[in-house]
Amino acid sequence: MSESAIRRNDGRARGHAGWWAFAVHRLSGLGLAIFLPAHFLVLGQALTGAEALDGVLAWTEMPLVKVSEVALVFMLAVHLGGGLRLLLAEFGGWRAAWQPALIAATGGGAVSCALLFALNLV
Amino acid sequence: MSAPGRPKGEYRSAQHEGTPMSLQRSQSLLWLAQRGSAVVLALCVVVHLATMIFAVRGGLTAAEILGRTRGSVVWAVFYAVFVLGVAIHAPIGLRAIVAEIRGGHGRGIDMAMLAFAAVLLALGLRAVYAVTAGTGT
Repeated sequence: MSESAIRRNDGRARGHAGWWAFAVHRLSGLGLAIFLPAHFLVLGQALTGAEALDGVLAWTEMPLVKVSEVALVFMLAVHLGGGLRLLLAEFGGWRAAWQPALIAATGGGAVSCALLFALNLV
Repeated sequence: MSAPGRPKGEYRSAQHEGTPMSLQRSQSLLWLAQRGSAVVLALCVVVHLATMIFAVRGGLTAAEILGRTRGSVVWAVFYAVFVLGVAIHAPIGLRAIVAEIRGGHGRGIDMAMLAFAAVLLALGLRAVYAVTAGTGT
C-alpha cells in the first residue's frame, strides 16, 4: 500500500471534534455559496410582481423543498456558530479546553434553529 | 527563497514562503476582509435567522414578505449590507478551498472569484431592490 493510500485510510486525524467542526464549516459554507445565487434570483422575481414571487413560494410547498430549507437553516446557523468560534480563536486567543464545549454549543444551537424553523414551517 | 528543512505543502503555502511581498500583502488584506465581513455577517445572520423562524409561521406569501420590506429604508440598508458582506465573504472562502485542492493560488482562480463576487453583488442588490423598492404588487 502506498504512503498516500495509508494516509487516506488513516482515520486518526478525523477522530476528534475539531476535524468535524472544520468539515461541517467548510461544507456548510460551500452549500450556502452555491445556494445564494438561486436565493437572490428567486427574490428578484418580485420585480415582475407579487404573483411571480407567489409562484415560486407555491413550489416551496413541496416536501423535498421544505426539507432542503430546513437543511439550509441548519447550514446557516452552524456556519455562524463555527465562524464565531474561529473569530474567538483568532482574536481572543486559542483556548483548547473550551473547544469541545464551543463545538457542541454550535451543533446544538444549529439543530435548535433548524428544529424551530421546521416546527414553524409545517 | 524557501528555507531548508521546512515541511512543504500546506504549511509552506500557509506561510506564503517565497512569495513576493505584494502577494503576501494581498493575502493579508483578503484575510482581513474575510474576518471583517464575518463580523458584519454574524450580526446579519442572527437577524436573518430570527426573521425566518418568525416569518414562516402560518406559511409564506409574497404579500406578507413585501408588506414587511417594501418602502422600508431600514430593511433596504440591512439587506444591502448583508449582500455586500456575502459578496466579500463567500468568494474569499471559495478561493481558499480551491487553492487548497489545487495546491496553490493562481490568477485564473482570482479572476473566477472576482467574477463570482460581482455576480453575488449584482444579483443580491437586484433582489434587495426587488423586495424593498420594486413595484408591481
